[in-house]
Amino acid sequence: MIAEAGHYALVLALGLALIQSTVPILGARWSDHALMNVARSTALAQLLFVGCSFTALTMLHVVSDFSVVNVFENSHSMKPLLYKITGVWGNHEGSMLLWVLILALFGGLVAAFGNNLPLSLRAHVLAVQGWIAAAFYLFILVTSNPFLRIATPPIEGRDLNPVLQDIGLAVHPPMLYLGYVGFSISFSFAVAALIEGRIDAAWARWVRPWTLMAWIFLTLGIAMGSYWAYYELGWGGWWFWDPVENASLMPWLAGTALLHSAVVMEKRNALKVWTILLSILTFSLSLLGTFLVRSGVLTSVHAFATDPARGVFILLILCLFIGGSLSLYAWRASTLKQGGLFAPISREGALVLNNLFLTTACATVFIGTLYPLGLEVLTGDKISVGAPFFNLTFGPLFVPLLLAVPFGPLLAWKRGDLFGAAQRLMAAGVTALVAVAVLWAWIHGGATLAPLAIGLAVFVIAGALTDLAERAGLFRVALASAIARARGFPRATWGTAFAHAGVGIALIGIVCETTWNSEYIGMMKPSDVANVAGYQLKLDDIAQRQGPNFREMIAQFTVSRDGETIQVMTPSKRNFTTRSSSTTEAALLTRGASQLYISLGDTNADGAIAVRIYHKPLVLLIWWGPVLMAFGGLLSLSDRRLRVGAPKPAKAARALQPAE
Amino acid sequence: MTRRQRRLTMIGGSLLVLAIAAALVLNAMRDSIVFFSTPTMAAEKQIPPGKRFRLGGLVQPGSLMRGDNLAVNFSIADGSATLPVAYKGILPDLFREGQGVVAEGALDASGVFKADTVLAKHDETYMPKDVADALKKQGHWKDDYAKQGVAPSPVQGTLK
Repeated sequence: MIAEAGHYALVLALGLALIQSTVPILGARWSDHALMNVARSTALAQLLFVGCSFTALTMLHVVSDFSVVNVFENSHSMKPLLYKITGVWGNHEGSMLLWVLILALFGGLVAAFGNNLPLSLRAHVLAVQGWIAAAFYLFILVTSNPFLRIATPPIEGRDLNPVLQDIGLAVHPPMLYLGYVGFSISFSFAVAALIEGRIDAAWARWVRPWTLMAWIFLTLGIAMGSYWAYYELGWGGWWFWDPVENASLMPWLAGTALLHSAVVMEKRNALKVWTILLSILTFSLSLLGTFLVRSGVLTSVHAFATDPARGVFILLILCLFIGGSLSLYAWRASTLKQGGLFAPISREGALVLNNLFLTTACATVFIGTLYPLGLEVLTGDKISVGAPFFNLTFGPLFVPLLLAVPFGPLLAWKRGDLFGAAQRLMAAGVTALVAVAVLWAWIHGGATLAPLAIGLAVFVIAGALTDLAERAGLFRVALASAIARARGFPRATWGTAFAHAGVGIALIGIVCETTWNSEYIGMMKPSDVANVAGYQLKLDDIAQRQGPNFREMIAQFTVSRDGETIQVMTPSKRNFTTRSSSTTEAALLTRGASQLYISLGDTNADGAIAVRIYHKPLVLLIWWGPVLMAFGGLLSLSDRRLRVGAPKPAKAARALQPAE
Repeated sequence: MTRRQRRLTMIGGSLLVLAIAAALVLNAMRDSIVFFSTPTMAAEKQIPPGKRFRLGGLVQPGSLMRGDNLAVNFSIADGSATLPVAYKGILPDLFREGQGVVAEGALDASGVFKADTVLAKHDETYMPKDVADALKKQGHWKDDYAKQGVAPSPVQGTLK
């Protein structure tokens, strides 16, 4: 009964989406307010029905109703409750349902809070949302119905893929989808602007916070996924340049570019056409990501099930939306008026540079990800494009970008003074050089690139601080008045500084982890001691334990340093009987930002166990960086100016540049 | 500067960055791309020692030998040819005799494939996609390879 109700709710949502995608457009054409307002009610009703559908599937999973195929294939009555709930989206059908739920959520938000938008703009935006929603409802109903029944219900389910039985599944997919799907709002706004043939100030004011919100979630989602892979897969890697990871990185790069170009558009009314194109591209890359992950053209932990019909269907949706929106762009972009002139050396110029490097970097990732697929289709040759390719292309493109980051906020709008900015960055530059020199002296020899890269990161962080200090007039005015000024900063100023510093911090983590990572791999017997990076790890004991739906072998290590016992670490290896597969549960010991990492391999006949121990210096910075970036984004999002609908006339010019 | 000059500066700069990116991509494509082969293809193509490639196939049952200090030797077979593989390290959780596997490395002078990475990109019911495709192409695809565990009604996803 619950399954049928859920299915029916989904069909009703499809019907509502079809109404939402047509009626408001007719309303806008005929300037009929009642018809345009249909968009609002259908968007809210759609959210309600998809919500019901999703709740139905969750209930089926919680009560372990194995007469439903989806529950039978991905659940088990002994599974802990948390994983029964997260297991809802730990499979293809459920994750697509989560996708449309989030899409409907965003549509609902625009409908609920879009009262200050021009009526026709809101109608168009929601109509475009309706098109996307309708396409994906159809996809779910036709090819991946989560509510299918089995004629003869089995008594036990086949359990969830053990790798997915982790708290990471509760956080990573919803976050990532909030990011992916969040970009649909800027896409809808872009398409609506193209249909209407004009962009006004309200447009830019609206697009930025939505993009920012999606970007925050995507940043956290990617970081979370990376940390999950790091501790769950058992070999301590945090980024593999795997096509599925690249699929999430591409919208992030494009979205970051969009975030910056939207600033120019909002402040200076320039780069309109480019911002529209970026909005379209960002969401297109999100769709491409969905296609790569869900169609089964790639094999990875994310490809839950492969069915050619699904691949073809998503490919059709992809072609329709990307092709359609780009054609519309080619046709209508010229009707949008060009605005705001600026010199190449200016805040706008710096942001254009940012966009140029980010989109180019995105393009290299695109090539590296899709070239093997294309080559296989064309010639049948199978190749793999791995980390070396991306290190050689992506890396060099990011260096000039990071060098330019501190300059951006210090340049004035319209026409900037590069020399002045360089002078103000002198302190940051000197700090960076000192960092390089100290590191060089400390490690004397060894990796030459690492100190330089860390110097670059220090420059970015110090540059972000310089920006704050300059604005507050620190060292130029009395400390008290500098603090008073800092209090008066718009939150977006703090947001920019935090986000930029986050990039530098992540870079330090990446460089330290890859350069000074030390490892020990070997067979160990109880009371053997391994020495890694100054720590002594003694294997005390190996024990067996029964978990709810698995058996595990736990090894206990006592970690000490200079004769002083620090902590006990217990890595384990779990065997899941239902799927007859095993997972490695690594044990982590955090010391400051560094971590010790132990994972277990096989045991041999004489009771020894294969052990992998890593010491990863400053590895946590890799994830603290993105968290800081997201926090910066959140600060910007809470900026008062983004909460007001239409731009107010600027206040009398102050001595300082207003932040973006 | 006039509007035209500004625009030209902008376009010129963009083209420069794109040209650099294209050069980087082409350079990286030449050096860092790894081809996939089965043992039969490796024998046909006469891959020279030292050239890196990915070797995929089934782990020959009975060929797995563990040496001292995590050294492992096994053979990868695809039905018509086999190739001995030497590896040092911990094998992935899903490594089993008779199951599909992909190893990355290069041949040494004596014709042994020295692997530095071994991936078992699948769970019990499934093959690595590359291996399955290659076996199908050569006519050695047997469904019973896949049916050792639970019956694979809808094909399950794979593990990294």
